[in-house]
Amino acid sequence: MEKAILSGNEAIARGAFEAGIRVASAYPGTPSTEILENVVNYPTIDASWAPNEKVALEVCIGASFGGARALATMKHVGLNVAADPLFTLSYIGVRGGLVLVVADDPEMHSSQDEQDSRNYAKFAKVPMLEPADSEEARLFTRLAFDISERFDTPVLLRSNTRISHGKSIVNLHDPVEGLPEPCIVRDPAKLVMLPANARRRHPLVEKRIVDLEAWACEQSFNRIEEGEGDVGIITAGISYQYAREIFPKAPLLKLGMVYPLPKDLIREFAARFKTLYVIEELDPFLEEAIRAMGISVIGKEIFPICGEFTPGRVEAAVTGKEPAAAYSCSEDLPGRPPNMCPGCSHRGVFYTLKQLGAFVTGDIGCYTLGALPPISAMDSCVCMGAGISNATGLAKVLPASERPKVVGVMGDSTFLHTGVNSLMDLVYNQSTATILILDNRATGMTGRQDNPSTGYTLMGDPTHVVDIEALCRSVGVKHVQVIDPYDIDLVREVLQTEMARPEPSVIIARRTCMLERRGGAERRPPLAVDPEKCVSCRACLKVGCPAIEWERTADGKGKAVINALLCVGCGLCQQTCKFDAMGESRGK
Amino acid sequence: MENNVKNILLAGVGGQGTLLASEVLSEVLMMAGHDVKKSEIHGMSQRGGSVTSHVRYGSRVYSPLIPEGKADILFGFELLETYRYLPMLRKGGAVVVNNLKIAPAPVASGLVEYPDDIPGKLAAAVADTTLVDGMELALEAGNYRTVNTVLLGALSNRMEIEEQMWIEALKKLVPERFLEENLKAFALGRGVKAQDLTKATAIGS
Ligand SMILES: Cc1ncc(C[n+]2csc(CCOP(=O)(O)OP(=O)(O)O)c2C)c(N)n1
Repeated sequence: MEKAILSGNEAIARGAFEAGIRVASAYPGTPSTEILENVVNYPTIDASWAPNEKVALEVCIGASFGGARALATMKHVGLNVAADPLFTLSYIGVRGGLVLVVADDPEMHSSQDEQDSRNYAKFAKVPMLEPADSEEARLFTRLAFDISERFDTPVLLRSNTRISHGKSIVNLHDPVEGLPEPCIVRDPAKLVMLPANARRRHPLVEKRIVDLEAWACEQSFNRIEEGEGDVGIITAGISYQYAREIFPKAPLLKLGMVYPLPKDLIREFAARFKTLYVIEELDPFLEEAIRAMGISVIGKEIFPICGEFTPGRVEAAVTGKEPAAAYSCSEDLPGRPPNMCPGCSHRGVFYTLKQLGAFVTGDIGCYTLGALPPISAMDSCVCMGAGISNATGLAKVLPASERPKVVGVMGDSTFLHTGVNSLMDLVYNQSTATILILDNRATGMTGRQDNPSTGYTLMGDPTHVVDIEALCRSVGVKHVQVIDPYDIDLVREVLQTEMARPEPSVIIARRTCMLERRGGAERRPPLAVDPEKCVSCRACLKVGCPAIEWERTADGKGKAVINALLCVGCGLCQQTCKFDAMGESRGK
Repeated sequence: MENNVKNILLAGVGGQGTLLASEVLSEVLMMAGHDVKKSEIHGMSQRGGSVTSHVRYGSRVYSPLIPEGKADILFGFELLETYRYLPMLRKGGAVVVNNLKIAPAPVASGLVEYPDDIPGKLAAAVADTTLVDGMELALEAGNYRTVNTVLLGALSNRMEIEEQMWIEALKKLVPERFLEENLKAFALGRGVKAQDLTKATAIGS
């Protein structure tokens, strides 16, 4: 058997390929993004980026109606967007197996919250598997399709940042053969969720959970690992690894399916121990269910509910002592927050918004970094699409004197995700807010994926380009214009005019992302600071470009220098320098 | 079960090529017959932020994260980031570090100073510290982007894995057209053995 060292995301893609999926659809979101970026390498699968997670899941449901196996993937907050189809799909069930991978982000490495997706399994009454490493990610994904078809249910597979982005060794298996060919099969009593049909389906959903619960007691993915001592551990997913690291010899019940729980197996295991630990990241999901069975356990009274686990955090919870460190750094070290890239088209826009004193209802993307110093020009950020609708609501309640300050900001991918609905509302309900769409021709934050406005599909085929201007006009915005965000004077002038206008307007700031895959970004020769002209005023530092560094000088005032390896010559700093100190470097 | 797991912590700055280095490292370890786990964060922090990669190997690895204070080798791509993660190193551990400063935003914008003499501080704390002039050697290899491979070469001296296996892993993971310069970079890095505490210099200056 061939072995490979794969990330959890690569392994999920492999598992889905082995399970014979024909369709995969997703909207990018860390840490789930690379699943589809790997699925697309299997030529037998139609893999695509959907504009949002709800659409992705619905595409997969359609494929399942046709009898094909399908995979939808998303990050944890994406499942909030896809929750609507998920809940009804639970009643409908599947024809071709359907698996939804949801990747949580405990510790919020790249997210706005750390919701625990296991709650969705219970809420939507669908089974959920949770792998503990890449091999299980492959195996469980493959298995999830069998479970889906056997029990006529969608199946959730929960990953998280450490599983998705961690690598470990995987055994590669051959794909299944002999799956049925897709075709139309009419079955309205199952597929048309009118109240009368749904009423007949609901009891089946309840029975399905009971059946799964009994079945799961017999399956090897829920396993008891015998050990020594009189303390038992119940755990699942990544927490299993930390539990084993700290308690290498303890008897342990490792759950592969976290919903529904194998109650008889849990009872049998629990009966053997006086003390039982439930070790799980985030919510007391297993703990509450096990307590409800009348079994007493130790859980969140000692283990943290916030943040991710580490071996040290688990150990500290159990022993009450922080692990000892041999070394420490006594001094306060400067932090290293993430920053927009040199030449990022978002930078000048935020710089200008700040100067104009705008109240920016922002959104999620690379541009959220506009909230960080030194620019600090974003005043709110809730969820994808909210930048525009928050502006609408805020403008409704402000006095006329403050209303013009409201500017809703979002990126192109965010606009096409759900922002377009918000814009429709803004016009329909006659708000006056100004909207800025930062169109960098990429879904930047998650790794410059394509989207409906980039002209390419995930499979690399050229495709129709959504005309964002026309889209804005068609929902009724009369004042739509496209500007170059590198031209700060223009950005300021246009923003001033549009913010003062008592009507909705959309400004599209368009420039290709520096990271865009097809070389579309413009790179000009790096600039250099003329030390004779630099008067140490620090104005250029306000744009927060990583290529500008402040160098000590003998007189103690310091001077700006440009790092030629980083500078892409966007000219933003040049426009902020009143002393004309930045120019094209002559080379040395 | 005997705990024979070894831990290497990579620390650097987003965009420095730490990911490729940790990839080659874990590939080599798998080829050498170890169970291997590696864990890192992609996403937000890639935008010039601080990045780490945990690589663990042995007969059976559980946690993908190195337990706090248990790193055997702190493998640094940038001085400040290496110093930041010093508390992860176990007593008697080793440091292999690139002699490079990259100013983080608060330093670049003149708000605070880059900490003084990190090579000296590292060497004072950890006897087994190797300072590598990665940029210089990478330029010698023909491309400044091969710094990560130079550093892997220097790290390889600390590990009981045949040179040929490293070369095979590089052949597998480095694109053909960059292979030659990377093999050269690896060899140059492997030549760095003694402690060399020359003064750190910032790129571009
Ligand atoms: C519902 C939801 N899905 C996915 C994400 C992950 N996500 C964060 S930002 C982003 C992309 C933003 O792209 P764009 O709006 O084009 O801005 P850019 O990053 O290119 O500046 C995505 C997909 C999320 N936060 N919420």
